[in-house]
Amino acid sequence: MLTTIRVNGVDHDVDVDPRTSLLDLLREGLDLKGTKKGCDHGQCGACTVLVNGVRINACLSLAVMHDGDAVLTVEGLASGELLHPVQQAFLTEDAFQCGYCTPGQICSAVGLLAEVAAGQPSEATADLDGPVTLTDAEIRERMSGNICRCSAYPQILAAVRRAAGAAA
Amino acid sequence: MSTVRDWAAPNPVTENRSGLIGKPVDRYEGRLKVTGTAPYAYEVETPAPPLFGHIVSSTLARGRIASVDISAAEAAPGVVRVWTHLNVPAQAARGTRLNPRSQRASNPALESDRVEHYGQSVAFVLADTPENARAAGGLVRITYEAEPADLDFLSSLDQAGPAPGEEDARIGDFEAGYSASEVTVDATWFSPLQNHAQMEPCATTAWWEGDKVVVHTSIQMVKGGQHALAETLGVPSDRVRLFTRYIGGGFGGKGQSYDDLTLAALGARETGRPVRVAYTRQQMFQATIHRPAVQMRVRLGADQSGRLNAMALEAVTHCARNAPFVEHAANFARNLYAAPNRLTGHRLVRLDIPHAGAMRAPGEAPGMLSLECAMDELAETLGLDPIELRIRNEPEVDPDNAKPFSVRQLVRCMQEGAQQFGWERRNPVPGAVREGRWYVGMGMATAIRGNFLLPAKAGLRLTGDGVATLTQGMTDIGTGTYTILAQITGETLGLTLDQVRVELGDSDMPPAPGSGGQFGAATAGSAAYETGMVMRRRLAELAAGDPRSPLYGEDPTLMDFANGNIVLGNRSESLAALAARAGPEGVYVEGGISPAADARDWSQHTYGAQFAEVGVDSVTGEVRLRRMFGVFAAGRILNAKLAKSQITGGMIWGVGAALTESNPVDPRYGSFLHQDLGGYLAPVHADIVNLDAVLLDEADDKANPMGIKGVGELGICGAGAAIANAVYNACGVRLRDYPLTPDKVLAALEAKGL
Repeated sequence: MLTTIRVNGVDHDVDVDPRTSLLDLLREGLDLKGTKKGCDHGQCGACTVLVNGVRINACLSLAVMHDGDAVLTVEGLASGELLHPVQQAFLTEDAFQCGYCTPGQICSAVGLLAEVAAGQPSEATADLDGPVTLTDAEIRERMSGNICRCSAYPQILAAVRRAAGAAA
Repeated sequence: MSTVRDWAAPNPVTENRSGLIGKPVDRYEGRLKVTGTAPYAYEVETPAPPLFGHIVSSTLARGRIASVDISAAEAAPGVVRVWTHLNVPAQAARGTRLNPRSQRASNPALESDRVEHYGQSVAFVLADTPENARAAGGLVRITYEAEPADLDFLSSLDQAGPAPGEEDARIGDFEAGYSASEVTVDATWFSPLQNHAQMEPCATTAWWEGDKVVVHTSIQMVKGGQHALAETLGVPSDRVRLFTRYIGGGFGGKGQSYDDLTLAALGARETGRPVRVAYTRQQMFQATIHRPAVQMRVRLGADQSGRLNAMALEAVTHCARNAPFVEHAANFARNLYAAPNRLTGHRLVRLDIPHAGAMRAPGEAPGMLSLECAMDELAETLGLDPIELRIRNEPEVDPDNAKPFSVRQLVRCMQEGAQQFGWERRNPVPGAVREGRWYVGMGMATAIRGNFLLPAKAGLRLTGDGVATLTQGMTDIGTGTYTILAQITGETLGLTLDQVRVELGDSDMPPAPGSGGQFGAATAGSAAYETGMVMRRRLAELAAGDPRSPLYGEDPTLMDFANGNIVLGNRSESLAALAARAGPEGVYVEGGISPAADARDWSQHTYGAQFAEVGVDSVTGEVRLRRMFGVFAAGRILNAKLAKSQITGGMIWGVGAALTESNPVDPRYGSFLHQDLGGYLAPVHADIVNLDAVLLDEADDKANPMGIKGVGELGICGAGAAIANAVYNACGVRLRDYPLTPDKVLAALEAKGL
């Protein structure tokens, strides 16, 4: 099916197999292999990307559903040599080891910071009506869809904190 | 052959004049990983558009393939090949070696009509897209003749036999010592089957260049993978070029190759096109190895002062019927506590389930979940603090073999940990601390894990731009190999990190044993250090012998290396200039390390102490980690930041082992109950709070020239036991059946009338 999709600011007109997931379109069709396939079942978060600013599991979404959407992947975060603040924070805090879940963790953290800034509550939010405070519990809750088997969780928490500070 | 005395002299690494050793520098390959540009095996660029492979897996535990119908699959859109055991290209017979020096034997895929476990490869489809390959895989029709299968470990314990080639380790007379003891503990623990659950599924990209196959695959051992594929294809190993540059987690599960490697290579050969094959997440559970379940009986006998008189740890574990493996859950106990009468050993049950194998800290990881809780029980019986009990049983020499310890800071780990964790605030009375609906408690355990040095080589090239490039057939599975090798090379040659490059994971490079058993840093790092020293001697001789050098005619043994220069007194020359004069290729040397002839004269281990505070929900039985802290001693630390990441990652594996991770076998099919990450519960962010570790200052001059040891597996050792002991301290319930899930905790609380 003919689909127009904007990825990292570039429009692509693609003829996709209706069975193709957004993840496989990115990896196989557009050769953007930074987004990882860990489980293909929406359980690990390695394929997290931002669609129109909202983070989703790209493996759980068919490519044809994204006609007209703007997708941001890990390859689209840095500005040339200048890393995105979340990428730099992951590097500084050593918030990864093998690196395979890392693009998903980073995209998830970018989405998280936007959600918190927009005042969207989570299960860890005490006051559903007020502004959201970025507590450690908020970060852990909101990052729990991204598994890191190397278990860099303490460092990822520190990286999200660092990036939030840089953004503030 | 060198002796450890040769290693004791000061050297550039131990002197650490520019301070690169230990420095918490960022990960060498970190920028590639945070930008998504590090190519993992499935992702490497191919010389032509690839085909995509999909493996079809068996759906029964034991039997034979009765009939095969591939006609629908072959007729499906985009399909190029469909193979089963009836038409797969010829491979060498299983277990054979063309080259007797190969590290691995032939490991053919789709080899026969025999099915030996659920999830075994039974068909393979090659198609033009991943979607077409997978859809056609679903059209392969296979019928089976089932045979009786042994699937349940606990009901098969009476079939346990001796572990192949092993005898129980006996010292003194355990039975007599135990029966004569004033105070005893006799209890049995169960650690369940667990999965590695690496984030990157096994994958291979393959293509042929003439009669040589190029494979990029996700494997921890370069030579092992190269040799296994060469033997399977029946070709000399130099016809296989294997790359494994970035590996999305290994933990022992990628210590061997799987059918993705074999079938990608065969598919590429038969079609003349590059082929990509990846395991699905479900196949990762069923078709790669797992940590087997272990049942462990511990008996401790002590006098009233707490001195152990007798100690036994007897483990029963399982493996696949035709793939022997022993989870050595009792071995660590041989070296940990003093006791004159000792018994340790293993029994093995053969089952018709997927292959058991090494998973992070094989042996210690499940084993310490028993003895370290038994020590907690003994301490309570004696009215002793658990740390004091352990100090009273601290051996002066290795209790297994009377060898001196190279260095052993176990007591210091416990004491510093107790102080920093606030152990004195622990109420020794179980169930005494309550916060609302939560019982709160603290527990501790020790950690011990062996240290190893294996033979390894490395290559080092210095070029006219002043850059040194280290090459090694080694892997970095997230452990930090790239980074520490750069630090060692920089410090050895007096270069900055931006003057050092590291290239790994290529079977054409000087070989190293790979990543596993916590031996990677010491082994690969020592080879890098020795190669750096060879380069120093070569460069000094070049300078001394070259009239164009300011150091011409001087004694090369007196020359030093600093700030990118070779130096003697007030004269110096840049390494760049020396390398440039040597020719366009610069200067290339190789070096290596071998274990010292007398290395086994000392008992060498890494040590630690684990502390945990948990809350137990009195209503739901849920255990929540509140704090965790560890103190570890593991030789000289090469990179404070990366070593700590390794250690805390291991501790979190201990949290999973204690609280959530388990994979029961389905007694109907021999499959695992959990075949994905929604069912198999590895820890997630919300499970881990306030977890930290410190590494003590240490140098083990018996370990290798740099005095370093491994940290990759130490962190998991004892971690789960500290949590189990904290659960007991919190609510007074001794649970010996891991993981300590809410159903078990709640039932135990109710049984106590709580």
